[in-house]
Amino acid sequence: MNYGIVSQEQLEQIDTILNEKLIKLGVDCVIIIDMAGNIITAKDNGENKYDVYSFAALAAGNFATVDAMAKLVGEQEFSLLFHKGQESNIHFSKIDDELLLISMFGREISLGFLRLNVVDVIEKIRKVWGSK
Amino acid sequence: MSFINLKEKVVQVKIVYYGPGRCGKTTNLEFINRTYKKQIVSEMVSLKTHGDRTLFFDFLPFDMGKIKGYDIKIQLYTVPGQVKYNATRKLVLRGVDGIVFVADAMAKQRSKNIRSLNQLHENLQSYKESIFNIPLVLQYNKVDLKEHGIPILPTSVLEKDLNSKLKVPYFEASAITGYNVAATLKKIISSTVVSIQKKLL
Repeated sequence: MNYGIVSQEQLEQIDTILNEKLIKLGVDCVIIIDMAGNIITAKDNGENKYDVYSFAALAAGNFATVDAMAKLVGEQEFSLLFHKGQESNIHFSKIDDELLLISMFGREISLGFLRLNVVDVIEKIRKVWGSK
Repeated sequence: MSFINLKEKVVQVKIVYYGPGRCGKTTNLEFINRTYKKQIVSEMVSLKTHGDRTLFFDFLPFDMGKIKGYDIKIQLYTVPGQVKYNATRKLVLRGVDGIVFVADAMAKQRSKNIRSLNQLHENLQSYKESIFNIPLVLQYNKVDLKEHGIPILPTSVLEKDLNSKLKVPYFEASAITGYNVAATLKKIISSTVVSIQKKLL
């Protein structure tokens, strides 16, 4: 069994990336979780307080379910997962086989703009993660 | 796979309650939720059908305090017990650190317990885990039914059926009254934390 240990330095780098690239953009909350439902890190804009632990468990379950459905229809994966609400939206993106990036954002950000930034963030996080 | 955050000094531990349908996994979590309200910061999450059967999982996060300066966050999950939900059971087992196998002590459920334990063994293998290595505690639930004249299996039979090869700690329990629910939980937490410590050293 491999234990998910991440160094303080790596976490700080990841937190900086999330802050600079997503929170400053106006995203309400960003969480990185592993597929078992553990939280790697969570950042928010200080205004909205979510129950991130429950959220992580549900998000991991949700992503795993969609992944299993993809395989049933012969797809490798559904790489984009997006839930749209009246006031807030949730965007899921896979970082690698173990990690998932979840962004919660309101009406003031367009999905396209968010996706562009998420792609950039993921690339940067992969570099940090790969360096351990 | 427990996750250890060195920056915030937090260890997240995943414990799954596994067992056949209607054996009392959710009832265990509900009792813990009621009894340890102070240590539980968020609501228990239950994904269930209209008939109150677990559809995906129940989730209960639980703060255990500090060990060597690290905050231990226990995440309790249940699986859906019904036979048809094995795909979702497998998903919940991903990254599990410790398991409580809840067996139904009612005599008529004898074969279901054995089948469920065998399937746990197979499901763990699909994650390259072994039922013989992972921290595991058995709970023989519903012993209170004896008082109501319902035939239940003697512990010796349950031990022979389920624990003759595993030889793990076991508890007679009654999730509905809370008898030995906390003892089961304490045992699995300590076994799991010790196993994580060993692997880290």
